[in-house]
Amino acid sequence: MKKATLVFAAVLAVGGLAVSGCSGSGGGSSTGAANSSRGPITYVQGKDNNNVVQPVIDMWNQKHPDEKVTLKEQSTDANQQHDDLVQNFQAKNSNYDVVSVDVVWTAEFAAKGWLQPLEGSLKIDTSNLLPATVKSATYIGKLYAAPVSSDGGLLYYRKDIVPTPPTTWDEMMADCAKAKAANISCYAGQFKQYEGLTVNVAESINGAGGEIVKSDGKTPNLQTAEAKKGMQQLVDAFKNGNIPQENLTFMEEPSRQAFEAGKYLFMRNWPYAYSLATTDATSVVKDKFGIAPLVTASSLGGHNAAISAYSKHQATAHDFLQFLESQEIQKIFVQKASLAPVITALYDDQDLIKTNPYLPVLKQSILKAVPRPVTPFYPAVTQAIQVNAFQVLSGAADVNTGLKNMQDAIKSAANG
Amino acid sequence: MAVVDAPPEKIKSPRGKKTDKAAARTHERRAALWLIAPSILILAVVIGYPLVAAVIQSFQKDAGLNPTTGLFEQGGFAGFSNYTHWLLQQCGPVPCPPGTNCASFWAAIFNTFFFTIVTVVLETVLGLWMALIMNRAYRGRALVRASVLVPWAIPTAVTAKLWFFIFATAGIANVILHAQILWTSQAWPARIAIIIADVWKTTPFMALLILAGLQIIPDEIYEASRVDGASTVQQFFRITLPLIKPALMVAILFRTLDALRMYDLPAILTGGGPGNATTTLSILVVDQIRQGFNAAAALSTLTFLLIFAVAFIFVRFLGANVVATTEAQQKGELR
Repeated sequence: MKKATLVFAAVLAVGGLAVSGCSGSGGGSSTGAANSSRGPITYVQGKDNNNVVQPVIDMWNQKHPDEKVTLKEQSTDANQQHDDLVQNFQAKNSNYDVVSVDVVWTAEFAAKGWLQPLEGSLKIDTSNLLPATVKSATYIGKLYAAPVSSDGGLLYYRKDIVPTPPTTWDEMMADCAKAKAANISCYAGQFKQYEGLTVNVAESINGAGGEIVKSDGKTPNLQTAEAKKGMQQLVDAFKNGNIPQENLTFMEEPSRQAFEAGKYLFMRNWPYAYSLATTDATSVVKDKFGIAPLVTASSLGGHNAAISAYSKHQATAHDFLQFLESQEIQKIFVQKASLAPVITALYDDQDLIKTNPYLPVLKQSILKAVPRPVTPFYPAVTQAIQVNAFQVLSGAADVNTGLKNMQDAIKSAANG
Repeated sequence: MAVVDAPPEKIKSPRGKKTDKAAARTHERRAALWLIAPSILILAVVIGYPLVAAVIQSFQKDAGLNPTTGLFEQGGFAGFSNYTHWLLQQCGPVPCPPGTNCASFWAAIFNTFFFTIVTVVLETVLGLWMALIMNRAYRGRALVRASVLVPWAIPTAVTAKLWFFIFATAGIANVILHAQILWTSQAWPARIAIIIADVWKTTPFMALLILAGLQIIPDEIYEASRVDGASTVQQFFRITLPLIKPALMVAILFRTLDALRMYDLPAILTGGGPGNATTTLSILVVDQIRQGFNAAAALSTLTFLLIFAVAFIFVRFLGANVVATTEAQQKGELR
């Protein structure tokens, strides 16, 4: 019996070692050869809800029969998309050639060496693109991704109660008296503890002139009078009821539904809510609402397309990036999927304005937009902001303590 | 003439004192071991290797940012620093500020144990009650048994979303209670919401396991006790409870180990809750994976040790014997 057990242990040990020996190894950054080689590539992005990407890819495939693009769709959940990309990059998978990265992940992937810098033969022309989108794709002075779609916040307001929209936070708070007179609540935003809270808080802090991190992307800069002002104006609005407590449970959809039910005078939301508020059968505000640029600075949303450092056909990937950024394709994205284009000139294009009337207002919003912290530690930084901002807004901590904790947490996150 | 021969000498087998019969048995056992060797190998690779790999990784440092290049570089050997990071709340040289994952460690332990104890107690009491009802013979019993199982059959993610809508600010819970409770944005309401959803979902599981134990008790015992003049309450405490104790302990053991691993219900219902009010250890591990893989490996090793300790206490000191109880139930015997 004892002998048999020993033999077993030996077999298991060998089996275990054999499997562990199968772990990946080696592989480095791409060589010059990959930079100029061409061939079929795969384009990876989250689920294409509007079914607009495959037709675009078909257009490319017709013109480039030897360099066909295959679409790979991920899940709709942003966290799952992030994790899927991380797993494939860690495995140095050469099947992911062009990947669609959310603007907040670009720095993280660039710092881990997974994205090919767009320089030399892979350079792209960014002069006609919105400056804020280019900034979100840049890490330590190098461009790592090509902006493909953008997004900014809009202020939705009831034009039957407030004919001219406010332009500053104080003006908006003053307009809340009209909300009380009409017996509705004043301002709706997204203040649940999730990424939307980082967006809303960043908009308020940036709008007051403060910044969350300095331009190096790591050093927090929250102990300034401007940052305090940005947080304090939110806290005051919660305290005096201009922002009702239920906003602490709001994400995009609940806030849109509350505005469409006529319960709010102002709402901060993304452009997607525009078409829903005008076409939903249950919307009571169909022709009673207007849109304006945010009174605070807008946060920047959107996606960039990047070339994987492990791709074997980077020249093709580079041309595909330029294709996605071309005017023709950007117009299709706007008309078919209500995405915000990254080419500045398109915001003044009359055809597009006819089908998407929010474009001029969105342009003003995005021109003033401030990207969320461009840092490779974005998950930890956004968590630091979310947790502490929620504590402050729910009244569990005062503004000074909350900002100090946020600062310490970001500092410790940036130290790895 | 009839001399009784001396008894034949005992045949000495090569293994000394063992008889041939024992030798055959050993031979059988050996053959059996070789036959199950492939399964054990697969289990060792699928269970043992990740476990060992996680422990090895927990002794490595996470990749750090090189300040000059701005690129990540491999961290080196970390010693126990990943463990002190969690246990002693050390974020490098300073104690962890609120808003980092590590500051939520002790809160996560409290939440995990709080949820486990409260949900297991509630589910045991309610499950016992439901099992007693399902044990009696009456018309429609099959329908009751099937409908009781429905909450358990619904995938947990769907359950979590259902209860998310019920507990929304404009949802049914607030309407019925004529209140305006912010269920998912305040600490204690969020915890209560999770407990309600979990008890709704898992009580059928407990009820089924306890029902298996109840069905083995023969009716003669109850008849005899009635003859002796025992009341229903006395029957319950003196006969039913002691006789279902093995099945009850097994059910509680399963449920406790499940509850200690709770992830999907709090993650989807509250996302970890306001602050870290409903963050369990599993949620913390998944959040940490996105930020630093090796620290997450240390945390999952700690979780593993914790659950192992709880299971050990159950089996050693509280007498939960899964194998013997299942065998007895299959044979229809009382242990």
